[in-house]
Amino acid sequence: MNKLKNKITLAKNKWKDLEDNKIPIIFVGAASCGRAAGALELMPEIEKFIGEHNINAEILQVGCIGPCYLEPLVDIKMPGQPRISYSNVNAKVLSNILKSHLLDGIPYTRAAIGNFSKNTFMDIPPLFEHPMLKPQVRIVLRNCGIINPEDIDHYLATDGYQGFMNALTKTPEEVIGIVRQAGLRGRGGAGFPTYKKWTVCRNAPGDEKYLICNADEGDPGAFMNRSLIESDPHAVLEGMLIAGYAIGANKGIVYIRAEYPLAIERLKKAISQMREYGLLGKNILKSNFSFDIKIKEGAGAFVCGEETALIASIEGKRGMPRSRPPFPAISGLFGCPTIINNVETLGTLPNILRNGADWYNRFGKEGNRGTKTFSLVGKIRRSGLIEVQLGTTLREIIFDIGGGVQKNFKAIQTGGPSGGCLSEEFLDLPVDYESLAAAGSIMGSGGLIVMDEDTCVVDVAKYFLDFTQKESCGKCIPCRVGTKHMVEILDRITKGEGNTEDLLTLRNLGDTIKKGALCGLGQTAPNPVLTTLRYFRNEYLEHIKEGRCRAVVCKSLIEYRVIKEKCTGCQSCVRVCPTGAISGPRSEPHNLDPTKCIKCRSCYEICRFDAIAGDAIVIRTAEKRS
Amino acid sequence: MSDTIDLIFEKYERAQDQLIPILQEVQRQYGYVSPEAVKKISRYLKITENQIYGVSSFYAQFRFSAPGRHSIRVCLGTACHVRGGATLLEMLERELDIKCGDTTSDKRFDLDRVACLGCCALSPVVQIDKDIYSRMTVTKLAELLKSYE
Ligand SMILES: Cc1cc2nc3c(=O)[nH]c(=O)nc-3n(C[C@H](O)[C@H](O)[C@H](O)COP(=O)(O)O)c2cc1C
Ligand code: SF4
Ligand code: SF4
Ligand code: FES
Ligand code: FES
Repeated sequence: MNKLKNKITLAKNKWKDLEDNKIPIIFVGAASCGRAAGALELMPEIEKFIGEHNINAEILQVGCIGPCYLEPLVDIKMPGQPRISYSNVNAKVLSNILKSHLLDGIPYTRAAIGNFSKNTFMDIPPLFEHPMLKPQVRIVLRNCGIINPEDIDHYLATDGYQGFMNALTKTPEEVIGIVRQAGLRGRGGAGFPTYKKWTVCRNAPGDEKYLICNADEGDPGAFMNRSLIESDPHAVLEGMLIAGYAIGANKGIVYIRAEYPLAIERLKKAISQMREYGLLGKNILKSNFSFDIKIKEGAGAFVCGEETALIASIEGKRGMPRSRPPFPAISGLFGCPTIINNVETLGTLPNILRNGADWYNRFGKEGNRGTKTFSLVGKIRRSGLIEVQLGTTLREIIFDIGGGVQKNFKAIQTGGPSGGCLSEEFLDLPVDYESLAAAGSIMGSGGLIVMDEDTCVVDVAKYFLDFTQKESCGKCIPCRVGTKHMVEILDRITKGEGNTEDLLTLRNLGDTIKKGALCGLGQTAPNPVLTTLRYFRNEYLEHIKEGRCRAVVCKSLIEYRVIKEKCTGCQSCVRVCPTGAISGPRSEPHNLDPTKCIKCRSCYEICRFDAIAGDAIVIRTAEKRS
Repeated sequence: MSDTIDLIFEKYERAQDQLIPILQEVQRQYGYVSPEAVKKISRYLKITENQIYGVSSFYAQFRFSAPGRHSIRVCLGTACHVRGGATLLEMLERELDIKCGDTTSDKRFDLDRVACLGCCALSPVVQIDKDIYSRMTVTKLAELLKSYE
């Protein structure tokens, strides 16, 4: 313990040095999304600049602070000044920022989105007053984008591992009691009370027990878990220590998607730092508790997010769910009592153990305590990673935090492929486990997809079902055959070949699958279809009766046209058309032959971005069929 | 291959739960899981080749034919889907004249889909080798392909 105490003192000093920095510090947001936006290309530019100007400065890579739509994000902290955050930093903006702020000491206000202090600084408002950040309550994400995720000292300096040290001063039963009082429910989707399954595992006979961190994050449009691991891996690992201690496990495993290389790399680094600091191994901090953590990479199967399938996968088998009981908490990995917790559930634990159950009870509402992270994406103005108290309404999330929708709001999908698609009348629905379930959706792991009038809900329902159908492990017939049948029907409808009977068949199939499927995949797969049938029935009927897709999405029901009055005859589209569907002499309005057109979008883009006319090619619903 | 695959084996115990990690390592090093590799793994872990195929074919990650020089992954996660990811995939299938999951005959590209690369805010995205290209359009993508040999 003393050894660690020293390290903590050193870490706090190191952090204080950052806060009272003597030389400028440049923070680059370099989580996956920042990297995709080009953050890493900025690094050499920065190095070159400080080299050329002989500036002594420190460059740090940090994680995701949330407003991913503003990427790349770069912060600069000059000595004696608050840290200032800049957005949309491309090479040109970067050079302006560096010249102005680093050389002349004047923040480049044009690209600044906020400063890290509580007050306005040189006309730059506090970052956490930014409309996207202000309504949020950041507990799990408290360090994300702020500390260097590859430096355990940064985590220690921000009270990291304090929760675990508190836990060690209590009995495992007391720790479980605190988690119970806190009202923590599993963040992996189902919202099962964490203390309940822990208690079962704690009491289960057996010397060898496992704690598994579920970082499979299978929802194909969600990245909360990835961001948390990339931005603050120690928070999740500390949570594993606490959970392991509570349930009596000595072995921890992180089961993580292979598609998350950066998260895996950061976990590996963090684990070796833990070892170095005496936070893993035998008799950790001179206690009776021994624990080690291994990483297992998933191999790309959505169903492996399900607990029993996940266990089969770690055992080296096909990832097929099995029926329960026995529950994993009694007989799980290699037949040993096993607890599987989601990344965010684990990431929440250090905060609860550090600040106490009463403190946690201040957030959220009765029965739904605390906060939940979401990845807010789709047709939303401000997309990114957010954290809000449970009970926040969809309207607050979409309009206050997300800044509203690009065009008119149509729907929001919660819970990914297992969830439902909710219409405008649900905007005031509080986001809690029960309210979402009552509306036919689920909380899920935290994917929120916003749709506007340009999104076709029938197409989206087909998309999700097609996804789950492909991912069905095939073990039970309702799931394997039923989903396939549903996809076929939806496919027909999106081609304008459906009939009204189909809607009834879809509903019946959906109900049958929900009842007959063994695991959560099948039991929830029909949700996107059932909810869209309920809330957007008219759109289905339009596809069926009028052969019309009002969102102009379903390919069979749309056509490309040249607007003669607008076409300047520049021939740009002729050059890109792969099928020779467009013809016409230069400088005269072109002709588009719909029988040859394969709707590839090339001409449309070329006309909009490269041609003089700009909007001479339109995509619209096809002429009504007779 | 025999020497290097033995080097891989050295890092893993002879136990069934090591099968997937071994397959992953083989794929990392050789780009795919070849019949010879399966044979060797079978001998090493003392499980049948059929069992190995049974397990490996269950998981989307494993490929059984050699990849191209460049690997293209089109994101068809939800955010990318609602912003036109499928049109990008169709365009690539047409341009490269292969189906999703295949490799071009000149071994220049292999093409596959992926569900969410975690940059939904920048959708639609396409990954070529290790680089992620955001806010893609068919036009930009066509241009981009030219820069890969
Ligand atoms: C098909 C399917 C996929 C799932 N995917 C995930 C996932 O990616 N991550 C996750 O934490 N839980 C997932 N779950 C839920 C887990 O099985 C499990 O309930 C959860 O990890 C428990 O952790 P918690 O109690 O902390 O929520 C999935 C469930 C099903 C049925
Ligand atoms: S419900 Fe579907 S995924 Fe789940 S076990 Fe049955 S077939 Fe497999
Ligand atoms: S959409 Fe494609 S095929 Fe159709 S006219 Fe335009 S470029 Fe040609
Ligand atoms: S990944 Fe950078 S702000 Fe989200
Ligand atoms: S859906 Fe494509 S990056 Fe997330």
